[in-house]
Amino acid sequence: MLDVIRDVQSETGSVSEEAIVQIAAAMNVSQVDVEGVVTFYHFFSKSPVGKYSVYLNNSAVSFMKGCAAIAKAFEQEAGCAFGKTTADGNIGLFYTSCIGMNDQEPAAIINDVVFTNLTVEKVKEIVAGMKAGKSAKDLVKQFGDGQNQSELVKSMVNNNIHKKGLVLFAPFEAGSAVKKVATMTPDAVVEEMKVSNVRGRGGAGFPTGMKWDFTRKSEGPKRYIVCNADEGEPGTFKDRVILTEMPQMLFEGMAVGGYAIGADEGLLYLRAEYMYLKNYLENVLEKMRKNNQLGKDIAGKKGFNFDIKIQMGAGAYVCGEESALIESAEGKRGQPRNRPPFPAQVGFMGKPTSVNNVETFCCAARIVLEGGAWFAAMGTLQSKGTKLLSVSGDCKKPGIYEIEFGTTVKTLLEECGAMDAVAVQIGGPSGTCIGKKDFGRRICYDDLATGGSIIVMGPKTDILQVVHNFMEFFVEESCGWCVPCRAGNKILTERLEKIMHGKGSATDLTELESWCAIVKSMSRCGLGQTSPNPILTTIQNFRELYEAKIQKGKDYVSEFDFAAAVKESCAVANRKPLSEGH
Amino acid sequence: MSKPVVATASLAGCFGCHMSVLDIDDRILQLIDLVEFNKSPVDDIKTFTKTCDIGIIEGGCCNSENVENLKEFRKHCKILISLGECAIMGGLPAMRNGIPVKECMEEAYYNCPTIDKNDPKIMPNDDELPMILDRVYPLHEIVKIDYYLPGCPPRADLIWEALVALITGKELSLPYEVLKFD
Amino acid sequence: MADITLTIDGKTCKAKPGQSIVDAAKENGIYIPVLCNYEGLKPAGTCRICTVRVGGRFMAACTTPVGEGMIVESGTPDIEDMRKAIVEMLFVEGNHMCPCCEKSGNCELQALGYRYQMLVPRFPYLWPASQVDASTPKIFLDKNRCVQCLRCVRGAVTPDGKHVFGLLNRGDRTAIAIDHALASKMTDEMAQKAMDSCPVGAILRKEVGYVVPIGMRKFDSKPIGSDIGQ
Repeated sequence: MLDVIRDVQSETGSVSEEAIVQIAAAMNVSQVDVEGVVTFYHFFSKSPVGKYSVYLNNSAVSFMKGCAAIAKAFEQEAGCAFGKTTADGNIGLFYTSCIGMNDQEPAAIINDVVFTNLTVEKVKEIVAGMKAGKSAKDLVKQFGDGQNQSELVKSMVNNNIHKKGLVLFAPFEAGSAVKKVATMTPDAVVEEMKVSNVRGRGGAGFPTGMKWDFTRKSEGPKRYIVCNADEGEPGTFKDRVILTEMPQMLFEGMAVGGYAIGADEGLLYLRAEYMYLKNYLENVLEKMRKNNQLGKDIAGKKGFNFDIKIQMGAGAYVCGEESALIESAEGKRGQPRNRPPFPAQVGFMGKPTSVNNVETFCCAARIVLEGGAWFAAMGTLQSKGTKLLSVSGDCKKPGIYEIEFGTTVKTLLEECGAMDAVAVQIGGPSGTCIGKKDFGRRICYDDLATGGSIIVMGPKTDILQVVHNFMEFFVEESCGWCVPCRAGNKILTERLEKIMHGKGSATDLTELESWCAIVKSMSRCGLGQTSPNPILTTIQNFRELYEAKIQKGKDYVSEFDFAAAVKESCAVANRKPLSEGH
Repeated sequence: MSKPVVATASLAGCFGCHMSVLDIDDRILQLIDLVEFNKSPVDDIKTFTKTCDIGIIEGGCCNSENVENLKEFRKHCKILISLGECAIMGGLPAMRNGIPVKECMEEAYYNCPTIDKNDPKIMPNDDELPMILDRVYPLHEIVKIDYYLPGCPPRADLIWEALVALITGKELSLPYEVLKFD
Repeated sequence: MADITLTIDGKTCKAKPGQSIVDAAKENGIYIPVLCNYEGLKPAGTCRICTVRVGGRFMAACTTPVGEGMIVESGTPDIEDMRKAIVEMLFVEGNHMCPCCEKSGNCELQALGYRYQMLVPRFPYLWPASQVDASTPKIFLDKNRCVQCLRCVRGAVTPDGKHVFGLLNRGDRTAIAIDHALASKMTDEMAQKAMDSCPVGAILRKEVGYVVPIGMRKFDSKPIGSDIGQ
């Protein structure tokens, strides 16, 4: 259903009531179910989004890099406000959560084409081009580095790879991993994964060998391999670079997974923001089929059948959660499932499914080639191998760093040119915000875990503003299923605002902290279980910022604003508002 | 020892909570023995004449006068109690909270079926009239409230038990039958 | 299959394999509060009020099956306080005007408020601007009161398997909606069933109302859960 809705959206600029009626009839479901899917995803809209729909990233780093001025420029040039479409229906302006371009912000997506490092000048050119009726693709003047220049990508996106390690960015010979795996038994592949002790690179860190073992042992005539390429954690863009530079290795890693668990179908769930890579990736798949690296009897091995299909997402952070991703891939609202059963038992289309991260599959391909022991020789006790980090924010060299697990934050900050860092957000909003005293800590599952997002905050960045941005993100991206996440995050944000506006008391701060604990404990999935972290970890590590905002010596402060409260009624009655007490 | 002094008021309420106070029946005689009333519709004292121990307020704040009254109470009372749903969460008047003030006022003065003739359309705007707030506020959004007694109205027994507990320092027990939101 | 033995708050309980912790507790005379859970419907785990702690981890007792030797903590002060917090979140998330709600006295959210002796929610009221959808012939859908338990979504299904109610949007804008095409064909029985399954006053039948007098309503004198046990 997602594909159908996506087609309607891109062809007609909206999914209208009539379209919903037609889709419902064609798919034999109720209209309200279709509407439910349409309204769940950010890139679907019931009302027209314009011939050109501009989605400007409003993540914290985008604001650090001047998003506010860019937004203003868009509004001025286009002649409409954000959230609206111009009167002639030509241009629509919208905000969107992190689009995976944090190292080249401010950035926006216009009709699936990515525009990075935006300046007021560039905005003027872009809007003029849109008014002149040029296609979005034709508005791209320069192309980025590496494969971004290739014929099928032709994008201005940059890879910004600053550090290459041995696992992901070492040379990879096309076909080598499937050839090697064809000489092994599936048992041996799983065993090798276990020896390597590779853990899920998406952030949760579940041992991959174990996951494959569970999935393989689940009963059923069919199993699936799913690649989670929905990196939505603000500040993460490492998978985008893998998809651009190492797709061959990724797809072979998926084939390795398929071989290990006994799946002949794989699904790449690609976030909508990376639509610009789709044709390019399809082309890689096509070549692989021709070269007997995908398809039937891969690498000449009888019965080694595996093929990959690309499923586009439609804009929803929560779909990075594996069961939500499966729901979405099945064409439904991307709401996480209750567990048990786990996807390894009941996954895509009800079949045992292993969902792994882009980087994890690449690790798998490398492990098959070099051996589990080789892999396990790198890293720390609990975290083997290397980790790809997406570094952004207040640093001189934002971009991609492949580090060995166990590297200290300090070392990383030196490498990326962020010696004046005051705070570092490890693992994105759902991770941890640490201060200088913790810069000696190590990046690994045993200490500071991360799915790859590292956001550096320098002395000029307002940390509480960043926290607020993260909370707004969670309020927007909660799937809305469970109460503590849906209502809780909203409540936490309200209370945070009260404190930020100087209307907080010590009681408010204490309560805020205890409410965070409630949301974490009671929420259904990882989103709500981690969404209070921006507040919690900054209260822990930057308490003085909150203390400076609250009114000292009071146990109660009201937010009530008398003048604001009477303003509207006085205007309606055409009377002059009196000040309080008169 | 002098008797505790009690003040009461109804803001954006219907006086139903006050009626419920009277509904303690013959215990009202004990109440008069127990406490002294100051500013309250019960004895019709219009202004505070001394500091009170307990202030009891029904109704939320829907206009500027309510806010002033509430703040007066906070200033003069050591303990402030939100009595009833309106005081606690705005109650029925707060049903307007999702509707723009303009729409509410135009409905009230121009368009509602009981308006016979208002031509030319006049919106009352004398300075003597209280100014309408953008929404109805529960009391604790404006001043600190010490205790809450829910109900619409709060059951007489709840009011009685709460007052006795406050005055005598005994722990308040809340039997199931007395704690209700309707 | 053989019975499973587990303990809930120190009490040894017998349960059937595959049974949820909530149901097992119920059969053993232990009340774990529920709001979204409803007999005959697949558990959804939306409200989280049945959250228990097993092995130090929090989980919803309605969606978690019993396991042999499981040690379940349910009625501890910290869990009970978080359950109360859930009730309070729901009260501030919607516009719950108990005094003018037809469901008052029969409302499960309100009953949980009574059970947890909620005098005022600890959280700030959010005052959402919600609507009443009265456009269908048989029912009112008052979104001010909806707790998004999804009972109606799960329960109201046409004979050919279509959902009469659905969920729209996401995040704090998530809301229940009714399928207007299907609702126009709703029978009185279906409407009554939808209303009965709604724990609050979000789904009400048109042209009937206030059937049970005050004093005789479900939760006027007996707390929710008192038919089960502690």
